[in-house]
Amino acid sequence: MSDVPADLQYTKTHEWIRTLPDGTVEIGITDHAQHALGDLVFVEVPEGGRKLALGEPCAVVESVKAASDVYAPVAGEVTMGNPQLASQPEAVNNDPYGAGWLMRVRVVNAASTPGLMSASDYRQLLQREGD
Amino acid sequence: MRPHEKLIFEYSHPGRGASDQWPEEPPSSATADLPAQLRRSDPPALPEVGELEAVRHFTRLSQLNFSIDTHFYPLGSCTMKYNPKACNQYAMLPGFLGRHPLAPESHGQGFLACMYELQEMLKEVTGMQAVALSPMAGAHGEFAGVAMIRAYHRSRGDLARNEIIVPEAAHGTNPATATMCGCVVREIPVDAEGDIDLEALKSAAGPSTAGIMLTNPSTLGVFERNITEVARIVHAAGGLLYYDGANLNAILGKVRPGDMGFDVMHMNLHKTFSTPHGGGGPGAGAVGVGTRLQPFLPIPVVGKEEGSAGNRYRWLSEKDLPQSIGRLSGFMGNAGVLLRAYIYMRMLGREGMSQVGEYATLNANYLLARLRQSGFDVPYPARRASHEFIITLKRQARELEVTAMDFAKRLLDYGFHAPTTYFPLLVPECLLIEPTETESKDVLDAFVAAMIQIQKEAEQEPERLTGAPHTMPVRRLDDVRAAKQLDLKWKPTAQS
Amino acid sequence: MAFIPHTREDVEAMLAAIGVSSIEQLFDEIPAALRVKSLAGVPPALNEMQIGRLMSERARADGRPLNFIGAGAYEHHIPAAVWAITTRGEFYSAYTPYQAEASQGTLQLIYEYQTMMAALTGMDVSNASLYDGASAVAEASLMAVRANRKSKSLRILMPLTVNPHYRKVAVATAANQGLRFEEIGYEPATGCLSPGALQKFESGDSTALVIQQPNFFGQLEDVDALTDWAHAHRMLVIAVVNPTSLAVFKPPGQWGSGAGAGADIVVGEGQPLGVPLSSGGPYFGFMTTRMEHVRQMPGRIVGRTVDLTGKQGFTLTLQAREQHIRRAKATSNICTNQGLLMTAATIYMALMGPVGLQRTAATSHARTVELVRALTRVKGVRSAFTGPFFHEAVLQLDRPVAQVLQALTVHGILGGLDLSVHYPELGHALMVCATETKTQADIELYAAGLGEAVQAARAA
Repeated sequence: MSDVPADLQYTKTHEWIRTLPDGTVEIGITDHAQHALGDLVFVEVPEGGRKLALGEPCAVVESVKAASDVYAPVAGEVTMGNPQLASQPEAVNNDPYGAGWLMRVRVVNAASTPGLMSASDYRQLLQREGD
Repeated sequence: MRPHEKLIFEYSHPGRGASDQWPEEPPSSATADLPAQLRRSDPPALPEVGELEAVRHFTRLSQLNFSIDTHFYPLGSCTMKYNPKACNQYAMLPGFLGRHPLAPESHGQGFLACMYELQEMLKEVTGMQAVALSPMAGAHGEFAGVAMIRAYHRSRGDLARNEIIVPEAAHGTNPATATMCGCVVREIPVDAEGDIDLEALKSAAGPSTAGIMLTNPSTLGVFERNITEVARIVHAAGGLLYYDGANLNAILGKVRPGDMGFDVMHMNLHKTFSTPHGGGGPGAGAVGVGTRLQPFLPIPVVGKEEGSAGNRYRWLSEKDLPQSIGRLSGFMGNAGVLLRAYIYMRMLGREGMSQVGEYATLNANYLLARLRQSGFDVPYPARRASHEFIITLKRQARELEVTAMDFAKRLLDYGFHAPTTYFPLLVPECLLIEPTETESKDVLDAFVAAMIQIQKEAEQEPERLTGAPHTMPVRRLDDVRAAKQLDLKWKPTAQS
Repeated sequence: MAFIPHTREDVEAMLAAIGVSSIEQLFDEIPAALRVKSLAGVPPALNEMQIGRLMSERARADGRPLNFIGAGAYEHHIPAAVWAITTRGEFYSAYTPYQAEASQGTLQLIYEYQTMMAALTGMDVSNASLYDGASAVAEASLMAVRANRKSKSLRILMPLTVNPHYRKVAVATAANQGLRFEEIGYEPATGCLSPGALQKFESGDSTALVIQQPNFFGQLEDVDALTDWAHAHRMLVIAVVNPTSLAVFKPPGQWGSGAGAGADIVVGEGQPLGVPLSSGGPYFGFMTTRMEHVRQMPGRIVGRTVDLTGKQGFTLTLQAREQHIRRAKATSNICTNQGLLMTAATIYMALMGPVGLQRTAATSHARTVELVRALTRVKGVRSAFTGPFFHEAVLQLDRPVAQVLQALTVHGILGGLDLSVHYPELGHALMVCATETKTQADIELYAAGLGEAVQAARAA
């Protein structure tokens, strides 16, 4: 069973969200997702200043066997993409909830972000999918 | 096996060269009129080697390959049948090889006769009304087909139709093609028996449907038994049916896509009609259409005018086909490949066509029966194999921790090219196996014996599989490193 | 028939193992109504002797005329070793190298090809081939849209001096994805891109400028000024080049000046590199680019890596961009490409080397210069354009070209391409080409034949 930290929120497309002390959110892909992809060889993250609509494809994670889009779980403006991933995409595999964060976003309307689920709901989703 | 071969650049020495191949040195005045600022300052960094060095190098490289000429090559969906030497020899007659594409038709009646007759034979075996030969590969033919479907709907003012329905097991080129044509893909599931889910199809088909792309037999290796109903549903919703011809070998001479209700199709001449795979092409993806789509065919197409002095063949262009989706090739497509397909079809004749479907299906069902009897699992046990079938190794993966990839790599050590692995994506740990009609029973039996042996190894010495291949020029390659540390061309090092 | 090896005994044993009594039973899942009744439209089978005879007759019927047509397909000497090796079964009948360990021959060859093409074009990286020069231009346009981060437009500037078939293929291929190709006119005096025609695109947003060098007419464009102009206006440069010419001319990677100089994507038709004319195909398209755009490049790419013992090996890489993984989001739908032709080209480039290729280019140009000189001595024939050209030239005649070409075919000469179909504004324009395969005697024969054709028409 893959790792699902209790203090984060999740999407059904296997992204996680952490609210930072300054009010911005940090976004990444879950342990389940990095395991399914295999060793990442390339990660493309959005640049600071880019505006994101909810559900918009905003990053690409590429392994030898797959390249997947990451969909914006919130609407807002990107403050920064993780600069480490250009040279060390494996950080996403090794530490998907820590050093492998993909981007930080200033959320436009914190109240109305549908589709986010709790850790226990996400764990149930994974069980249904056979993880 | 033999040690690896150096790179050609590692043989290079300044001043070496295959000088017998070069023109005489021209005087420097030959290029004096070319502007100095456009000239190269250094010669291009191509290798400088003698003729024997080059011949030896490339011959040795060829010996590092598996090929149909040397190995059984049961790649599902690729139809690795024998490429008759006659096709190559006669397609390469000097009269064909030396002809310029823009030479006048008066100096091309022999060639054009072959092309016209090829169009006619392909129409007959597919049940289509018209054929165009210029698409240069299956994916290119798919593009032409979907573009024709779009053009058809547009010509009728039906602009809302931009969805292409695709079964979830479809080959990757299908959705990629739909996107290239500006369409949106709608996937529908297949049921547990491998047939399309008709209820899902009924919900998906509607006023946005441009068409459906299908292979039959499907990528799961089984015949789509409800094809007549599928055609009815899609046509009733106003959509058209596209046939991906990758699996035509299963039904050649037995069933025709036109008779199944398909409106447009491509053929993979490098699969069904035995033109060479060449290490990655050239292919030819001729397209066939029913009457509705005839005006939209890509140009050029060969036409015939009957006259008192005999037939006269000519190219049909935009003037003849004003609604054509346009030109897809610089000239007329892969002419040499088309000649090879023509020769193959003439050698088979009408008798040979049906034998292809029959013996391809016999070989696949025989191999399927023997592998099942030897204990391998199949996802669709109640179904007949078409010309190919799937076995799944998910039980071995779970119980013995060996994967389909491990089996595939170990087969190389036994002297067989592995079947297609991990396609279709729907079946976990799968091998898609297509023997083709040109393999003998002895070869099939030897393959079964190897699979039985490898299964034993999986149970007793799994490292033989997980570390395979052991006897190839290289051991298993690190593709993660290949993608992360991109080394895409040779660079001279300090010493060389 | 059908190359099927089975004996009756084999078939019986196989049917028994399957548990059916006939091959027909294996088709019992297929509705009877769909079964083929007859294939009367396919002629009866021919054996190898018979097909050999038929094909020899047809090949002979088309004759072996003396060819002075270029226009995108060029007749060059091809060393015998090129096709002797390329048609070896291990290359000819191998599949795409998905099982890398069983395909090191093909994979290493592709790596060598990629190296040579990058060197020839002066760029960082090459793919393993596309279908042909025309479709390569279409793919380059689509790639430019993906790669140009400074532009949001779908507009590609396409000069009329780019091969007309390439322009048509680009439209047929890319218009469905919303790309728009703007035609740029040329100067009637020089046959080159008109700088004035570019001016109106300076203020808008265009993604790329396509520059063909030499252009379709054989004329030489001012590629440095055009490259700088495009870059100054945030456009990418798509260079379309003749690979033989790159032995003499500076490669697109060096076009322009200053930081960021050089074309961004280079494509072209690879046929001149060891591929026979063969009625127009199979040929191959090449594509090279800057390293920063490698993930946007369609087609296969081979990388060097190591195996688990640390030994060097080659494998397909960056496959996540391709159709078999990325599916609907792939960079292109291309799957099978033109592997065998790329193989021939690699062997050709190794045999010719820098010296052979340079001499081929220089000699072809010299022959064309001689041809133009000889033909313009004929009354009523003159050069259409001023300014430098390379190994191809446009002549203006004082009578319809079609008649003249017809008269020349009687002498067994294919005089060139009648440009009136694609460029009616040029009047009676004939494009001629001579390569290193043409001798002084061939040229004199053509000039004499042209003289006669012109006399006869005058008398008539």
